[in-house]
Amino acid sequence: MKTTEVPQDDAGMMRGKWKDPIYTLDEKGNYVTSYSLGWETKNAVMQHAWEEIHERVEAVRQKVIAGELSPLAYYLEKNIMDVGLLAKYVGKWKWTVKKHLKPKYFNRLSDEMLEKYAREFKLTKEELTDIERIKNEGNEGQT
Amino acid sequence: MKVKLDFEHKQSAHCENGVVSNMLRYYGIELSEPMVFGIGSGLFFSHMPFLKVGGIPVTSFRPMPGVIFKRISKRLGITFEKHRYRQPHKAMKALDANLEKEIPTGMLVGVYHLTYFPDPYRFHFNAHNIVVYGKQDDTYLISDPIIADYETLSYDELLRVRYAKGTFAPNGHMYWVKNIPERIDVEGAVVKGIKHTCKHMLTIPIPMFGVKGIRFLSKKLRNYPHKLGARKAASYTGQVVRAQEEIGTGGAGFRFMYGAFLQEAAEVLKKPHLRDLSFEISEIGDKWRAFAIITGRIVKNRNTVDESYDKAADLLLEIADMEEAFFKKLQKSVQ
Repeated sequence: MKTTEVPQDDAGMMRGKWKDPIYTLDEKGNYVTSYSLGWETKNAVMQHAWEEIHERVEAVRQKVIAGELSPLAYYLEKNIMDVGLLAKYVGKWKWTVKKHLKPKYFNRLSDEMLEKYAREFKLTKEELTDIERIKNEGNEGQT
Repeated sequence: MKVKLDFEHKQSAHCENGVVSNMLRYYGIELSEPMVFGIGSGLFFSHMPFLKVGGIPVTSFRPMPGVIFKRISKRLGITFEKHRYRQPHKAMKALDANLEKEIPTGMLVGVYHLTYFPDPYRFHFNAHNIVVYGKQDDTYLISDPIIADYETLSYDELLRVRYAKGTFAPNGHMYWVKNIPERIDVEGAVVKGIKHTCKHMLTIPIPMFGVKGIRFLSKKLRNYPHKLGARKAASYTGQVVRAQEEIGTGGAGFRFMYGAFLQEAAEVLKKPHLRDLSFEISEIGDKWRAFAIITGRIVKNRNTVDESYDKAADLLLEIADMEEAFFKKLQKSVQ
């Protein structure tokens, strides 16, 4: 890539924390470090990846409101985790966590276990169990 | 505790190169990011359909995390001390002890809970490298190679990212420079780095790696729309573009960075031919960007089956041929 061709399509992805360094060729044929604010193609692909995540989160949110899944399922999806990963964070078996995604088992959880889950999602125990909170979240998502 | 080492932080494209480059500079060794990358044989290609992340097959333009690091220390003869800790608080204590001895300390962290990271980039990726170069009261001073400025993390925040869970869980892994030999054979290391890259791009006898891997991906990609349906095919394709243009690649799946390395190598080895090759790899990088534009469009129109899959697959074959010719020439030039 030539130094003059460096794209500057800023989509605010990096939140001003950095610019992407690209090694480009200047007019003398020497490599120099150029800084890019973003590239349209890359922005679109990243946005698409987030849209897919938001769609999944929204689908689970609806199921939680309908009472088919527990609030745990919602926060799991929202934090882009899967059952295996959450199980590792809370030090439980995968199948145990899987069980807790069902409202029937979730509603029977001890305060201690609820605290444990809540801590992983940076919530309080009360927030974790509050379905109204999930209803109000809409599709805010992360980005 | 109040320690602040005189650690010069320079932003780099890729975290592993950047940490090594910054740490060595502290000890008076100037090696640019492309040099670290080239000596560590950071350029690679693999497409592994059976290895899935989030249900999507992994395509990668670099070796496994930690590999560049291992190679560079071996080739330059620099030894690093490495440690993992079962007890998080012990890992933090060991870090404090290092800082008191004025040792800038590198470590692996998970990105997801990294508080200063921009939200769109916060995925559960655990093989990110940072350097801690000081501590003031309860705040650690951080040099994160991909961030422009210096950063800070509290005790709890740092502990959390050092004990992120999942694939490549860091388990408190930290490392620091133990010994630097009096004379470093940069020329020898550069040659070894180049030879290794050529070998891996050309001769691994499994079709998923190197130039063969690019042809393999081409074949798979051509079939995506028929086999997977429009939406899934677009998701699979999106991963390829993301891997190619993610933070750290310096653009075009590290091809531009490798060009910068070859240009420096031309001077170190006094082989002007490498300078010609550095232009060639930049052109190959441009082809990769053209590939990204086509596949990016596929991802955008994800609800309709796009005819450009064939075009993208053809372009990959063209790239594979170009890279094969390129690495053969490069291999010859260092023999």
